[in-house]
Amino acid sequence: MELLVASAIGLLTAAGIYLVLRLRTFPVILGISLLTYAVNVFLFASGRLTIGAPPILTDATNYTDPLPQALVLTAIVISFGMTAVVVMIALGAYLGADDDHVDDRSETEDAS
Amino acid sequence: MTHWLILPIILPAFLAPFIVFAARYHIGIQRVVSIAGVVAMIATAAGLVWQASDGTVTLYQLGDWAAPFGIVLVGDRLSTMMVLLTAVLALFVLLYAVGSRWDERGRHFHALFQFQLMGIMGAFLTGDLFNLFVFFEVLLIASYGLMIHAGGNARLKAGVQYVLFNLLGSTLFLFALGSIYAETGTLNMADLAQRVTLIDPAASVGIRIAAVLLILVFAIKAAIVPLHFWLPSSYAEAPAPVAALFAIMTKVGAYAIIRVYTLIFPPDLEVTAGMQTMWLLPAALISLAIGMVGVLAARKLDRLVAFSVIGSMGMVMVAIALFTPAGIAAALYYIVHSTLAGAALFLISDLVRAGRNNLDLTAQPPVAGAAMTAGLFFVAAIAMAGLPPLSGFIGKLLILSAGFTTAQMAWIWTIILSASLISVVGFARAGSVIFWKANSLEPTEAVARPGNLSYVAVSGLVALLIAHTVFAGQMHRYTTAMAVQLFAPDAYVATVLDTPGKLSKPQEDH
Repeated sequence: MELLVASAIGLLTAAGIYLVLRLRTFPVILGISLLTYAVNVFLFASGRLTIGAPPILTDATNYTDPLPQALVLTAIVISFGMTAVVVMIALGAYLGADDDHVDDRSETEDAS
Repeated sequence: MTHWLILPIILPAFLAPFIVFAARYHIGIQRVVSIAGVVAMIATAAGLVWQASDGTVTLYQLGDWAAPFGIVLVGDRLSTMMVLLTAVLALFVLLYAVGSRWDERGRHFHALFQFQLMGIMGAFLTGDLFNLFVFFEVLLIASYGLMIHAGGNARLKAGVQYVLFNLLGSTLFLFALGSIYAETGTLNMADLAQRVTLIDPAASVGIRIAAVLLILVFAIKAAIVPLHFWLPSSYAEAPAPVAALFAIMTKVGAYAIIRVYTLIFPPDLEVTAGMQTMWLLPAALISLAIGMVGVLAARKLDRLVAFSVIGSMGMVMVAIALFTPAGIAAALYYIVHSTLAGAALFLISDLVRAGRNNLDLTAQPPVAGAAMTAGLFFVAAIAMAGLPPLSGFIGKLLILSAGFTTAQMAWIWTIILSASLISVVGFARAGSVIFWKANSLEPTEAVARPGNLSYVAVSGLVALLIAHTVFAGQMHRYTTAMAVQLFAPDAYVATVLDTPGKLSKPQEDH
């Protein structure tokens, strides 16, 4: 299971970085979403992987670490909100300038 | 336990929704509430600084849960001084935004401004790494709104770049936090400081990666080369009052580096030994050089100021990278100076824009209100370039003397001194083109002079710079005391971990 989770994180990160390097708003935003998924799974796994164990006090003998789950919840909410914000700003920039390049183009932008 | 320590976070958190809900269509009420809030924040921050000035570490446990299980806020000399600096800067920026009517050019300026303050204050006060991440996000999401305030295609494009870069930074921050938690099982700073000493130096791969990831995140915030590319266009395109407030945001990165790499990963810690001295100092020296060359090469005044911010952050990081009490004390003195000088320069570049409608460094008809604007630019440029007699010169002397005894002394002295020369030439060129060559051309159309309140705000910042110079002795003594406190973190750790909270003692069964 550790191998599966680790390779899933690696694959998501690699795909995310590839998409971010495409330098057009749509692939870049998708890439950032993939990166946030990767980091969410990574945070979840940072408390070690345990199967079928409760995170809160019960009469069980085996527990899973509850803190990473709380951290992941926070991270999911934040990344969700941030993605919504960046979609709106990118849409505004695209509709205004009719150009969805993320980088500065040499003919439209001074080199400084 | 008193609740004063959380007030700088709670106050803007309540004022912002109040402004949105109750004063949505009344810019006058928004302005009054916003300025009154910042004045109250200055009073609170001054009280906190006074409380921390004798070296006591104030602890605030949220919900009365004891650390490391609960989230804590910690006020020591460093964090309270940064809170006071932010509040004072915010007042002048707000006065300028009102005076120049920037706050009317888009919606929700004051609400976003208060949220931004909440994030910055929280980042300075928190004692928990994950909480630091959350406050970074609060200040970032408010800054996204402020950055594209008043709209415009160039600003939106720069805004997209700024948001995307910071989203990548946040992802990196979470990766760093995940690896720290996997290695140590805690994210409370004081608890971490104890646990990293228990890690076996033979098995330090994980914690080394985590420490490097974390410093990369803070380096993005502090705009250290090679992670500075987001800064010039974002700061140049942002509305001037926002750019001036952003002058404190690079310092949030510097603050986080000082805090984390003196408390959790100090330079003498075995498992991460060599990290700071190997990489941080060269990167800082290159930032200093690139920033000042950028000052010389810039073709517009706002880009010039943005590059001077990169250069001054390089200067701060050179002093921090020495990781000696003298170096940190010099860095803290320079942080106050560079925040005030950077903010003043951004506001002055907006005065120029108001007086001649663009910022190109070419000879054009005279700037409206040139006498006053030129005078302010002259003082602020002298401060930023580090010429005597202002605080930039004193800060630079402190950094040079802190670097005198190190092995890299030749590099530090050469680069700081030549970078200063380049920046002096850059500022002199910009000032003479804008204010002196102007008189050779006839004005084509009359442009109104900026309002008096704008000048009051900028003059206030310049007056603070002069006060920072006049009271340099007292300030440096205080920053030295801060550095001493940072390098003796036992009191901090003991205060955070040994203060009992709710359920600290096991309750008896009933």
